[in-house]
Amino acid sequence: MNHSHRPASLKDHPASGRISIRNVTKIYDPDGANVLALDNCSLEIEAGEFCVIVGPSGCGKTTLLNAIAGFHDISSGQIDLDGQPLCTANRMAEPGADRIVVFQQGALFPWYTVLENIVYGPEVQGKLSKAEARQQAEALLVQMGLQGIHHCYPHELSGGMKRRVEIARAMMNNPKVLLMDEPYRGMDALTKTVMHKHLLDVYDASKKTVFFITHDLEEAIFLGDRVYVMTTRPGKIKKVIHVDIPRPRDFRILSSGHYRKLKLEAIEAVHEEAKKAFEAGERELA
Amino acid sequence: MTNKPNHYFLGINLIKLRKQIFSKTTSRGIIAVIVAVILWEICSRFKVPIIGMIPPPSAVIKALGALLVDTFYWESWVVSFKRVFLGFIVAQIVGIPLGLAMGIGRHFRDLTFPIIEIFRPIPPLAWVPTAVIFWPTPEMSITFVTFLGAFFTLVLNIMGGVKNVDIRYVRAAKSLGSSNGDIFWRIILPATFPSLFTGMTVGMGITWEVVVAAEMIASRSGLGFLTWRSYIAGDYPVIVIGMISIGVAGYLSSALIRFLGRRLTPWLKII
Repeated sequence: MNHSHRPASLKDHPASGRISIRNVTKIYDPDGANVLALDNCSLEIEAGEFCVIVGPSGCGKTTLLNAIAGFHDISSGQIDLDGQPLCTANRMAEPGADRIVVFQQGALFPWYTVLENIVYGPEVQGKLSKAEARQQAEALLVQMGLQGIHHCYPHELSGGMKRRVEIARAMMNNPKVLLMDEPYRGMDALTKTVMHKHLLDVYDASKKTVFFITHDLEEAIFLGDRVYVMTTRPGKIKKVIHVDIPRPRDFRILSSGHYRKLKLEAIEAVHEEAKKAFEAGERELA
Repeated sequence: MTNKPNHYFLGINLIKLRKQIFSKTTSRGIIAVIVAVILWEICSRFKVPIIGMIPPPSAVIKALGALLVDTFYWESWVVSFKRVFLGFIVAQIVGIPLGLAMGIGRHFRDLTFPIIEIFRPIPPLAWVPTAVIFWPTPEMSITFVTFLGAFFTLVLNIMGGVKNVDIRYVRAAKSLGSSNGDIFWRIILPATFPSLFTGMTVGMGITWEVVVAAEMIASRSGLGFLTWRSYIAGDYPVIVIGMISIGVAGYLSSALIRFLGRRLTPWLKII
């Protein structure tokens, strides 16, 4: 891919977006029943790394994401962003435009048009004038292949289109980290491949750090630099898979032997945990 | 899709409007009304029990002819509309901020909700005697009772609307760098609009119910009084006209609210 005329709004954040998660524990305490969601979970995410987290349901993936985003606190440990403490046991992270979340069911504001959604960040932060924000947003929409839908309301768009607009809204803020919580869940396989291609194009052009949660192992290996398999609750990192498939990637790698080998490795690790989670669930019910 | 095509007028899709007006649904509706009127006439002529007691449409139409040139009839409309809208508007002015505050502030909700819940089940008409005592004019007491009719529904709908705002929107807004003010004005307020309009539509219906009854008890004007006076005078066709007038007035008021609601929530799918 030719990076020489990289678009202004998809520009680099050189060497920023390094996330260091150290010994993070999270105990949920609803009604006095201590539920250990994360147990001494540690991982280092390099600046510009595409990091994928997989694991059985309820293993604390979203808890980790929420801690980074600043929606939840943690019980012990520490998370740093670029060497600066982001959150500790006593201090919840402040939500901010340097770490933008793309939500599972999407969170475009239904009462704003596509354009109003995209300029929302710069507008409330007072970073850009209305005209500047609008101009940049329109340029960004064109870059991302989303021209002609400025004045649509989200409900007029397809699921895949909405997700792309949401990524555009995030990129408009030039964040250090993109936090994605199963953004393509429930989409059909065909739409998913289109979404993956689009996300990888954005990633290749911007090299933002991506923290991507999914259940879909095929997606995990196809997108990620490293895939972290989490254990069943209490969650910690069970296995790291280095995906050394060169970028830019396209769907043809899905049929390569190396890809299939990595996928098998991931399946084995996840399957083991899923089985444990299932058995634990049966015990709870019994 | 970028610009609205030219079959829009005042934001109304004219093609859709034409289709709605000349649709099968509309024609069936018209047929239903005509058939009902004919049946009513027949029942009246043949003195069918119960329905036969009501004056026939022919008599009602005759009476209507006389009434349409009677200023008292039109004054009744104006007076009732004034009462309804005054009570309704005051209910919005007091109820919207209160409902929002109750939805947002937990402490405030804990303090105010029990009081609202105790007063809510009291039918507005049960307030008429008290209202007549503590408001200086009968006009004010009737407006107060109409106010109550719209007030409680509105407050509870807005409070519920605020509580149901999807946490994802609030989180996304925070993540995008919003201040608390931004979250209120740009997220919570628009997200509450649909509940607000539900509350307004229901409230408007109750307001008409209340104003008519209050006029019968405590007033010498308005559509409710017109109906009641006709009963006292034994002028049965005018009772029917009074009733139908109230129905039409209520329908027009609700239609106005629905129209405003659609204008202010263009992002909702119009079915």
